[in-house]
Order: sequence, then structure tokens, then C-alpha cells
Amino acid sequence: MSDVPIAPGLIEGTAAHPALQSRRLEWVTTVDHKRIGLMYLFATLIFFVVGGLEALLMRLQLAWPGNTFLSPDAYNQVFTMHGTTMIFLVVVPLLLGLANYFTPLMIGARDMALPRLNAFSFWVFVFGGILLYLSFLSGHAPDAGWFSYTPLSGKAFSTRSGVDYWALSLLGIGAGTIATAINLIVTIVNLRTNGMTFRRLPLFVWMVFVNSFLIIAALPALNASLAMLLIDRQLNAHFFNELGGGDPVLWQHYFWSFGHPEVYIMVLPAFGIISEVVPVFSRKPIFGYGFVAASTVAIALLSLGVWAHHMFVVGLGHPWDYTFGASSLLIAVPTGVKIFNWIATMWGGSIRLTTSMLFALAFLFSFTIGGLTGVTFAAFPLDWQTTDSYYVVAHMHYVLFGGTLFAVMAGIYYWFPKMSGRMLSESWGRLHFWLMFVGFHLTFFVQHILGLDGMPRRVYTYPDRPGWAVMNMISTIGAFVLGLSVVVLLANIAGSLRSGPIAGDNPWNAWTLEWATTSPPPEHNFDLVPPVRGRRPLWDLAHPERSQV
Amino acid sequence: MHLSVFDPASPEAAWLLWLWKASMWICVFIMAVVTVALAYILARFRRRDGGEPDQRTGNKRLEIAWTAVPLVLVAVLFALSIVTARAVDRPVRRAPDIVATGHQWWWEFRYPSANIVTANEMHIPVGREILLEVDTADVIHDFWAPRLTRKIDAVPGRQNFIWLRADHADAYFGACAEYCGTQHAWMLFRVVAQDADSYASWLAQQFAPAEEPVTTEAKQGRMLFVQLTCANCHNISGINSQQQFAPDLTHVASRQMLAGERLQNTPANLKDWLRDPNAIKPGSYMPDLKLSETDLSQMTAFLETLQ
Ligand code: HEC
Ligand SMILES: [Cu+2]
Ligand SMILES: [Cu+2]
Repeated sequence: MSDVPIAPGLIEGTAAHPALQSRRLEWVTTVDHKRIGLMYLFATLIFFVVGGLEALLMRLQLAWPGNTFLSPDAYNQVFTMHGTTMIFLVVVPLLLGLANYFTPLMIGARDMALPRLNAFSFWVFVFGGILLYLSFLSGHAPDAGWFSYTPLSGKAFSTRSGVDYWALSLLGIGAGTIATAINLIVTIVNLRTNGMTFRRLPLFVWMVFVNSFLIIAALPALNASLAMLLIDRQLNAHFFNELGGGDPVLWQHYFWSFGHPEVYIMVLPAFGIISEVVPVFSRKPIFGYGFVAASTVAIALLSLGVWAHHMFVVGLGHPWDYTFGASSLLIAVPTGVKIFNWIATMWGGSIRLTTSMLFALAFLFSFTIGGLTGVTFAAFPLDWQTTDSYYVVAHMHYVLFGGTLFAVMAGIYYWFPKMSGRMLSESWGRLHFWLMFVGFHLTFFVQHILGLDGMPRRVYTYPDRPGWAVMNMISTIGAFVLGLSVVVLLANIAGSLRSGPIAGDNPWNAWTLEWATTSPPPEHNFDLVPPVRGRRPLWDLAHPERSQV
Repeated sequence: MHLSVFDPASPEAAWLLWLWKASMWICVFIMAVVTVALAYILARFRRRDGGEPDQRTGNKRLEIAWTAVPLVLVAVLFALSIVTARAVDRPVRRAPDIVATGHQWWWEFRYPSANIVTANEMHIPVGREILLEVDTADVIHDFWAPRLTRKIDAVPGRQNFIWLRADHADAYFGACAEYCGTQHAWMLFRVVAQDADSYASWLAQQFAPAEEPVTTEAKQGRMLFVQLTCANCHNISGINSQQQFAPDLTHVASRQMLAGERLQNTPANLKDWLRDPNAIKPGSYMPDLKLSETDLSQMTAFLETLQ
């Protein structure tokens, strides 16, 4: 299966064309999965900085009650852009970028199955992101929130073009994301090297594989609803207008039937990263490989049937609440047991506390909190108190920041040597880690309490009720510590790229195939793919006598 | 400090707190297991040199056990949720006592049987079970008085109902919880729970038509109210009866706060509000009517008579 060729002349052809010889054009025209992966990481880093600055603007405005730093109109644009940026322009493409870079390497393939489609997806994402930000030039960015509920996002209440930019750019990005998912599936099914059966697939690849199906199932729902919203707005249709026979709640059903799977789209690849990092730095294989893989499939299936837990306060009635409460409680189980698998992997191991491993541990701790507060929403009467309050803001950042982003940080420290050929500085890494860990909990923990005391989310200011000023100030200070941690990360990357120690092929003594080639890998990835006889090919090579299946 | 959700003042909110406590025990238990395990691992299994650790790949029994236990826990939580849901959301078989309607960015409270309407300040009698209908005049809003009951959305084309019963007299904080545009932040309200007597006199006072002003300044203000466009949006019984585009002002002076809790209801604040509503609540649908200082004094004097 490993030798499905790339269309002849595809890569060579572009390289040979004299007009395309310049180094910069090479990046623009590349169809190499590694370069595309790096460009994803670079683009998402920029969007991450922008989205982070938007977050700091919000925290400045909320630092004390009655602050007038941002007008309500400006604040509403900023929070909408922050949410949209972080979800659609940072977390999802960041994970796609890592999947792009490492999936072919981990299965011993030469490239993605459809390299040109791959480049298409990336550029659609970049231009989609630019289109979203062009809305500022039109005078007004979208301001209906990242889930743009109708009728607020309809023409009657959002008269300016911000929402149109929002919908159009997400439509484009969504199409690109679906293409990438198809590409990843085709690659994983067809391009695995000899011996790389599905039962030996690295768990990161497993998660990416399952995740891709989830994308194909969920993203079209978003695209359909965006198209309907645009038709409502531009052609005066009435999909979401109750006076014309439509229903604003229809938007919520459509949006969340995408939006909940989206949460898992943003989390599953992160689980994959943790499932690679934790074993390597514990010097043990993953505990319960089959279990981790199977529970991922369970999550993917269940996640398609939980969307209305975002709608417990719409008043759909008890049958809905019971059904979606039950399914949401159920999905907590396959998600939660993974934590135990990772703990058991470390148990009895010989743990190396690298920066990567520190982030993996921080992930375990923070994501467990986020998962548990998630369970308190699935117990739907509690959602009747806590939803749409700051408690949700806290919960969702524990999942997406304390969860996904910490996992991605673990992945960056783990894979940077492979991508760049140089090591990231561990001492700067530790500084980055502690700033980020402390800053994160400082920012978001108090938000649970604010929510439980009645502070709604998405407010540009708040009344001076007892304790609110102090807690908001703590949160703002935490956010600036987070901002500082990102500066340290950027400095670490910049410094290490120039003068970090040379990594060598396999600095962590890891076991999966990407470590069997040079760092960075050559354009064709492998001169020779080592034989695959188990889940840890490089471990097997080092222990020919004890090869396990 | 008493956090609203932890300080219930009604049977409904007490039920929700009960469920909260039950689920917190479960969460704290799991979190403790994870934290202790992580701490133990960090203390016990740090890098050892000399040979690789045991390469164990799994243990079916253990894995089944740690799947089964959470399954049981969530099943318990589900059962408790149903019990709570049924206690809080009781069937609706009668007309509502109060109809709350969300507007961008204030709340209208209508008492159908008493035939009165007010804004941003809902009065209820202590100890009586109240059925509240929640509607909207424009976008989706959400009625949330955390110490009194669950929150519920106000959705175009739908009628939603919730129950509440205040245990003791107090003024309870409330907020619009669903993002509804520019001034979502100042769409706050209060629920004033009163004993039966003061509630009855409040009802009587609100039912009475607006008093005729006596001072000349206030009389001038009343004329201004009619001449200027105020009456296009606001209703004052005895003067006009418009659609409820804006808060009913018949008894505006009896209210504690103005503009969705943005301001204390004092003559000075009222005057500031009339001078330039958008300076105080940017984006609000009350326009700046460019009143002169004398107009402002007269208008304020008039509005202050509307007890
Ligand atoms: C275009 C419609 C409109 C006109 C005309 C208008 N208002 Fe208003 N007014 C509003 C709206 C809407 C609010 C609610 C503002 C909010 O809280 O967001 C309001 C609020 C108020 C309030 C505060 C009520 C409360 O309980 O919070 C007062 C007092 C008031 N208006 C007085 C006046 C006077 C006096 C005039 C004439 C000089 C006037 N308004 C003209 C729309 C209007
Ligand atoms: Cu969800
Ligand atoms: Cu509202």
C-alpha cells in the first residue's frame, strides 16, 4: 500500500518551471505536506496573536466595573472576532496543520494522497481568514457572537455587512476543512506503509482519522446554515424568521448540530497528541491502546447526538431535555476514561519532565476540570442556572485552552525538533510553561465563581456587585500573564530556530516513524521506511528480541 | 460572600442548589482521584536510570472497572436531574400571573389580571407561587434571576413559562442572559418580593392613573411630554396609550432604578438620562431629544410627580 505514487511531474514539474524558482514562490506553489503543515502553523500563530490581543482588549475593558475603554459597539465586535478567530482560524487549522505535517510521516508515506487539494484547503483557509478581517475595512466587523443567533444576526437587527463577511468567510473555510478531512481519510486508508495495519496505527493518526469523519459529518451542517443565513439576509428569505413562517430556533438546531461535534473536532487531535507524548516521556507504551481508539469512535458517534444541550433554556420541553441530557452525560464516559488510560500509562513509568511532558500533565489536570464542569451542564437543570453566564466562559476555556491548547503546546515542544532540526530551549520552555499554567488558572478559575454569582457572558461592563470588581481584576491580571507567556514562547521559537542545539533524528528516543528520518525530513520524507512489525517500530528495531505486536 | 446560585431564596432555586451539591460531590470525588494519582506519579515515578520500566500495555479488567464506575455515576446524576427538573418545571395549566417581555434593552412586566404594566422592576408577593410567561418583542433574550429560579429564553414566536416563589422579602438581582445586541450588559432587572400588604398597596398604586401635576414647572413638563415626541414611544396612562415600544412611565418615579439598572432613580440622574441617553447607555433606542436646560428641569419635575 505504501507505493501509491504521486502523480508524476507534480512536484518536480513546479520546481522545474524557471519562473517559479524563487524561494518565496516555492512556498506559495508548494504541495508538500510538510511545507503546507508549517504554513498552517505559521498562519495560525499569527491569528493566535491577533485573537489573543482581542482577548486582552476585552480583559482591559472588564478590569473594573463601568470602564469606558471600549464602547459597547467595539466590545461586541471584539468578542465576536475573538471567538470566531480562536475557533475557526486558530484551533481547528492548528490541529489540521499538525495532522498535515505528521500523518504522512507517521504512517511512512511520502505525502498526502491529494497534494493539490491539500494546498487548496490551506489557501482557502488563509483567504477566508483575511476576508473575515477585511470586515474591519468595511467599517464594522461582525458583532453577533461566534454563534450568531437569529434573529439578532438577521438583516433586521444586524443591518451592517459584518455578519455577511462572517458567513462568507466561514463558508469558504468550511469547504477547505471538509477537503482536508477527505484528504486525510484517503491518505490514511491508502498510503500506509507495509505492515502499518489499523491496529498498529499511532494513536495520533487514529484520532485524526476519526476526527476527519466527524468533520465530514458536521461541517456541512454549518455550511448549510450559513448559506441559509446569507439567503435570508440578501434575498429576504424567511428560514429563520417566525413572521414569514420560519423559526429562529431552527438556526440553533442547525448551528449546534455542527457546533457540538466541532468541540470534539477541536479536542480529538489533542487527545492524539497526548497519546503520543505521554508514552514517550514515561518510557512505556500507551495503556489500553484498543480502548483509547475505540472510545474515540464512541465519542465521535455520540457527539453527533448531543447538540441540543446548548438549547436547554430555549424551552423545547422535557422530552428534549431528558434525551439530550442523557446523551451528554453518556459522552462524558468515553471522554473521561481516557484520562485514566493516560494516568495508567505513566504509572510505573520512568518519567522525564520535559516541557512537553509538563504541558501534557497540565492538560490532564486542566482538562479534567473542564470535563467535570461540562458534566454539570449535562445535568440539565444545572444548565438552567449556569448557561450563558461566565461559568460557561470558564468551562469552555478549560476545555479549549487548558485542554486543547496545552496539548498543542506539548505537541509543539515534542515535534519542533523534527520540524526545524533544532531543539527548543528547555529553560525558556519552563518559563513559558509556568507563566502559561499560572496565567491560565488565574484568568479562568474566578470566572466560574462570577458565573455562579449571576454575571452573564458577553457583557461589555457589569454593575459593581460585591466581589465582582476584584474577581474581574484577577482575571485581567491573569490574562496579561498569559500574554507574557506567549511572548516567551515566540522568543523561544525565534531564538531556537537560529541557535538551538541540533536535534538529530530522534532526540527523545521516541518510537513512531516520523523519528526514523532526518530532522527536518527530506522532501520525499524517507530514504527507507523501516519495517513495521508493531505499534512502536523504532522500539522494535532497538529490541529485536522482544518485539511486541 | 453569598454567591447567588448558592443562596437560594425560593424552593425552585433550592432544588437547583441541591442538584448542584450532588453533582459537586461526584466531580470533587473524580477530581480528587485524578489529582492524587498525578501527584503520586510525580513523586514516585520520576526518571530512573538503568533499564526500561515494565512495558505493560493494558489490563482489561481495570479498564472495564473504570468505565463502569463513571457510567454508574452519570446514571445517578441523570436520575437526580429528572427529579429536579420535575420539581422546578411544573406543568402549566393556568393563565400566567405576570408576563415578562424582553425588549432591546429593557424588560416589560405586565400583570394581566391587575391590568398594570411596569419596567425593569417586577414585584411579587412573598410565599405565593407565581407563574411567569416570558416573551420577546424583538430578538432572543433570557430571563435570569438566579436566587429565585431557573433561567429561560424569550424566543420570538414562542411562549415560555417558569415558576417561582420567593421565601422572604428582598430585592433580587436579575439579568438578561442571552446576548441580544449593543446594550445586553445593561438589560438588568430586579425582582422585589413584598409581604402581602405592601404588595397589595403597590398594586393599587400602580393601577392608579398618573396624578395631575400641581407645580407650574411640572405642568410645563407635562405639556412638553405631549408636544415632544415622548408620547410616540412611552405610555403614561391618562395622557396616551401607545404600543409598548418603550418603558411605561405612568409610575416611573416609584421605581428604584432607571434604564435597566444603569442608574439610580434620582432627579439628577433622570435629568442626565433625558439630556443624552446615549451618553449613559450608548446604543439605546431612546433618542437624544436635544432638550434645553429649562425643558430638562420641567420634564424632570413632571416625571418626578409620577409616583
Ligand atoms: C424613539 C422612542 C423614544 C422616544 C421618542 C423617547 N423615548 Fe424614552 N425611552 C425609550 C426607550 C427604548 C427607553 C428604554 C431605554 C433602555 O433602558 O435601554 C426609554 C427610557 C426612558 C426612560 C427610563 C425609563 C426606565 O424606567 O428606565 C425615561 C424616563 C424616558 N425614556 C423618558 C423619555 C422622555 C421624557 C421622552 C421625551 C422627551 C422620551 N423618553 C422619548 C424610547 C423613547
Ligand atoms: Cu456541546
Ligand atoms: Cu437581552
